[in-house]
Amino acid sequence: MNEQNQITPVFEVNGLCVSAQSRKRHLTPIVSDINFSIEPGKVTALIGESGSGKTTIALACLGFARAGCIVNAGSAKLGDVDVLKLSNHQRRSIRGKDIAYIAQSAAAAFNSSLTINRQVTETAVINGIMSQTQATDKAISLYRELDLPEPETIGQRYPHQVSGGQLQRLMAAMAMICDPQLLILDEPTTALDVTTQIEVLRSFKKLIRNKKTSAIYVSHDLAVVAQIADEVLVLKEGRVVEYGPITQIIDHPKHEYTIELINAAHVMPEQLPSARTPPTRSDDSMSLPLLSVNTVTAGYGNSHQYLALHDVNLEAFKSRTIGVIGESGSGKTTLGRVISGLMNIKSGSVALDGQPLNDNINRRDREQLRSIQFAFQMADVALNPRHRIDKILGRPLAFYFDIPQESIKDRVAKLLELVELPVEYARRFPRELSGGEKQRVNLARALAAEPKLIICDEITSALDTVVAKSILTLLSDLQSRTGVSYVFISHDISIIVKMADTIAVMREGRVVEYGTLEEVITPPHHPYTQQLLNSVPVMRTDWLDNLATT
Amino acid sequence: MNTDGPSSVIKKLVSDLTLTPVICLLVLAVVVIVVLFAPLIAPHPEAAILTDESFSLPDNVMLLGSDFLGRDMLSRLIFGARVTLSVALTISVIAFVLGCALGFFAAVKRGWVDSILSRSVDALISFPAIMVALIVISALGSSITVLIVTIALIDSTRVFRVARALGMDIVVQDYIEAARVRGEKMGWIIWHEMLPNALAPLAAEFGIRFTYAILFISALSFLGLGVQAPHADLGVMVKENMQGLLYETYTPLYPALCIAIVTLSVNLLVDWFLKATDAALPDEL
Repeated sequence: MNEQNQITPVFEVNGLCVSAQSRKRHLTPIVSDINFSIEPGKVTALIGESGSGKTTIALACLGFARAGCIVNAGSAKLGDVDVLKLSNHQRRSIRGKDIAYIAQSAAAAFNSSLTINRQVTETAVINGIMSQTQATDKAISLYRELDLPEPETIGQRYPHQVSGGQLQRLMAAMAMICDPQLLILDEPTTALDVTTQIEVLRSFKKLIRNKKTSAIYVSHDLAVVAQIADEVLVLKEGRVVEYGPITQIIDHPKHEYTIELINAAHVMPEQLPSARTPPTRSDDSMSLPLLSVNTVTAGYGNSHQYLALHDVNLEAFKSRTIGVIGESGSGKTTLGRVISGLMNIKSGSVALDGQPLNDNINRRDREQLRSIQFAFQMADVALNPRHRIDKILGRPLAFYFDIPQESIKDRVAKLLELVELPVEYARRFPRELSGGEKQRVNLARALAAEPKLIICDEITSALDTVVAKSILTLLSDLQSRTGVSYVFISHDISIIVKMADTIAVMREGRVVEYGTLEEVITPPHHPYTQQLLNSVPVMRTDWLDNLATT
Repeated sequence: MNTDGPSSVIKKLVSDLTLTPVICLLVLAVVVIVVLFAPLIAPHPEAAILTDESFSLPDNVMLLGSDFLGRDMLSRLIFGARVTLSVALTISVIAFVLGCALGFFAAVKRGWVDSILSRSVDALISFPAIMVALIVISALGSSITVLIVTIALIDSTRVFRVARALGMDIVVQDYIEAARVRGEKMGWIIWHEMLPNALAPLAAEFGIRFTYAILFISALSFLGLGVQAPHADLGVMVKENMQGLLYETYTPLYPALCIAIVTLSVNLLVDWFLKATDAALPDEL
């Protein structure tokens, strides 16, 4: 405690409460009684699931509450100034200059019709802190510090002319242009591919260390936070459940929620429990493929002008899972669409149980349609908002099976039971369900058809780690009970190794490595597989630094 | 959590029920009742000439006075409104069924189907509506059927655009994709998956189209190409009694006022409905 008293914190939050205000002025607390302080050059992380209030706190530190919300108690002091007590005008002069904000989606934060330099330097120039030339020079030196390519000229480009990871770093440059005392990063790497995430994370860490800036880092991923933060606040339902130095949180978590978060995080292959019988080439169940994709080439545009798949070969076996992994743009979703018949094939073929499937969905018979079901990534938009759950689940039953209307109700109840949802949910609308519950309904709809194969397209990537873990457990359960096979598409290799029996690694529309789980994860790897494996953040504070040296 | 079933939309509608929509609802209710039971309510037959005097002043027999031929103005107003409203309603319904069906069809099919439909509609829209109506009616003669079909066709082009735009937004949603993977036929997808999600904006559009239809047939009738004597709609009645303005009577203003009140009420109701349903759409907090 004595040590802390010697250094005056840069930023101090005391008893912060933010509430949602209804039309009748009734207050519902979103976050309550938040206390933390940040010392110069230190990074404090806010971690928790969606809805835990982490972004609300971050925005309150800017003196901002979202529409319908008010800050109703507490203080947020930057030096001697309470950000929450300032007038709108005073606040505006602080934002960007003393406190800067980096949002989750850089693509949405940049104006696509102005050059990057113009946007990066804007705050400094309009606040009269620097002239345009000074600001541009400053920006270029920041680009260099952030390891951006061609730092002298990259600022002359437009936002669509750089990659997503570069844009995220450019946003950091925008935030740092006035050398703020406090930097707020709101899930800055969540929307990025794992390999890109590393580069961005590394640049951020270097920048914060060099500039000795204090920062608030908002994330749901404890392993990412471990690389960059000094102190962590674990949030649940708007309250702090644990607060302490990062090493203490990771190594000796006290609260059971923190333990749950750590357990739900990425698991590396070497940490895998060997509960499943690993499949081998000689296995009986692997002799005859349920589904085979034979040298399929397909693409978008007129007559497959832009190819998304090149000569792809793979097989799915009965009661087994094939994991398809790749980054965005690798063609993994296209593969799912080709198998389900949503997309035409240029050359090659898809066969189910040895019978060739027509690539046009309208020419497949009811039995073929029933055999292959699709589970979508975003359960939010995959369920019709105007239909009740019983209609969503009842329709495939009525469509595929000739069963009387009365027994559909019972079957819907059984389906809800199967995905571990209460039977009363049948009369609800999708938006009356949480994200994880919606994803269960989404799965139940696929299961309603009693399919042989379900294509799971990134079905956990929009979910929190804890919820995602429960969905994955459910999937394994369902497989052992119903014998269904999965084509499990994901960008997250730590999930794939948990789920898959065979793995296909995809890059730029080609399968670069294909084999059983063991074959793929035991060295020697294909270089790209190696890169993917290395990119999964490990729950150790020194992982990123060690990675940098290798 | 935001509960948004049909019941919560109704709740929202009721909670937004300020004085304006209440008045509009009352006005329309009275109009609908009067029009439905016109033969029972109207004091005199539609075409009976009751006096020799044109534009007589209101008295106990003729509450709004007589028209240019000495017929009871109130009775003619009631029957006229009946014609105008029923014709406008028929037109809007036909225009909607046609426009929505084709609009959604174009949105689902895309490609050359969409191109052909959209370009044909563009071509039709590029002519002033009143001109197209005048040409068709002068070529085919002015019967109620020709009138309804012509205006419905012209109106359906506007509905087509709205429905196609709404459909384009909906058709890219994953739940449509999910229905397609299931192997659903296009008709089912349009009816069960798309229509429920487009209903609120379409209902508002229906109200607006209905008022335009009233104004349009009134305008045609005023030009003498609409409903033919001895029947009358509100537009015909404005035209017939124009002379009355020279004699300083209010007679031609009654039907004009009638048109204004009905269209204004419908429009204000549409605003109220739109406001309530928009707010009831999912809001990401």
